[in-house]
Amino acid sequence: MAAEGNTIDALSQFILVPVLGRVGESVGFTQSNLHMLIAVGLITALMMWGTAKRALIPGRMQALAESAYEFVHGLVTEQVGEKGKRFFPFVFSLFMFILFGNMLGLFPYAFTYTSHIAVTFTLAAIVFVLITVVALAIHGRKFFGYFFPEGAPVWLAPIIVPVEIVSYLSRPVSLSIRLFANMVAGHVMLKVFASFVVMLGGLAVIGPFVALLPLALNVALVAFEVLVAFLQAYVFAILTCIYLHDAVHLH
Amino acid sequence: MNDRDGFEDRLRAARARRGLDRPGEAGRGGLPAGPWGIGFRAGVEVFSALVVGILIGLLLDRWLGTWPWLFLLFFVVGGAAGVLNVYRLFNPRRGTGS
Repeated sequence: MAAEGNTIDALSQFILVPVLGRVGESVGFTQSNLHMLIAVGLITALMMWGTAKRALIPGRMQALAESAYEFVHGLVTEQVGEKGKRFFPFVFSLFMFILFGNMLGLFPYAFTYTSHIAVTFTLAAIVFVLITVVALAIHGRKFFGYFFPEGAPVWLAPIIVPVEIVSYLSRPVSLSIRLFANMVAGHVMLKVFASFVVMLGGLAVIGPFVALLPLALNVALVAFEVLVAFLQAYVFAILTCIYLHDAVHLH
Repeated sequence: MNDRDGFEDRLRAARARRGLDRPGEAGRGGLPAGPWGIGFRAGVEVFSALVVGILIGLLLDRWLGTWPWLFLLFFVVGGAAGVLNVYRLFNPRRGTGS
C-alpha cells in the first residue's frame, strides 16, 4: 500500500495535541477541549440568538432553535411521558453537545471529540449515574427488584441476578461504544479514501483519472457521515430517554 | 392570539397534503430499524455485556486471588447478559408490567 514511501495513516487524526501554546501545554488543554468549548459556545449562541427576538413568525435562527427544542421535547415526552419533562434540560444539552461534536468534526482541520471513548464513556457514565439515582430516589428499595423479575422461580436467582446486573452495567458501555465506534469508523474511512486520492493521483498519466473514483466515494461518504452524525446523537438521546423511562416507571 | 386560532389544524392539514409527516416512526421508540442498524446494535450489546462481565471477573479475581475461576464464571455471565440484551432489543419489557 506504500506509494513513494508514504503509508495510509488513518489514526493520527485522533491524536490529542495541546493548543494555546505553553499555557495549554501546562494544563493539558488539547484541541479536543477547544472543540468542546467551541461546540458549547455555538449551542449557546444558537439558543440565545434564536430566542432573542421571539418573533411570532420565526426567522432562520429562531426556526432552527425552535425545531431543535421541539425535536428533543417531543423525544422526551414521547419516551418518558409527562413526568420526564424535568429531564428535558439534561437530554437537550446532551443531544446538542453530541450533535455539535459530531458535526463540527466533519469540517476540515476540525477535531471530533466524540471519537474518543474517554469522552463518550464520560457522557454515558453521567447518564448511568443519573438513571440509577433517579430510580433509587423514586422507588427506593424497590429498585433492586429490577434485577429479579417477579414470578421467576427463586432457585433461579443465583443465575438471573448476576446476569441482570451485568446487563444493567453494560448499558453505559454499549452507549459509549456505539457512538465512539461510529465516529471513529467514519473518520477512518474518510481518511483512507482521501489517502487513496493522493496516492493514485501521483500514478503517472492515468493517475488523476483513477483518483476520481475514491474522490467520488469520499463525496458520498461525507454525506453519509452527516447522516451518521445526526443519527448517533439521536440514538444516544433516545436511549437516554428509554433508560430514564425505565428508571421512572421501573418495569 | 385570535389570529392563531386553527393555525395548528391548517398547518397539520397542509403538512398531510404535502406528505411531510412521516407515517409512523420506524420501530419502537423511533430507533432506526434498518438491517444494519439492528445488526450493529445487537453486536454492540453483546460486546459491551461481555466487556463488563470480563472486567468484573478480572477485578474480583485480582481482589480474591482466585484467578482464573471467577473470570471464567463472569465470562459466561457476560455472554448470557449479552444474549439477554439482544432479547430485550426485540422484546422490550416496558409496558408489559413484568
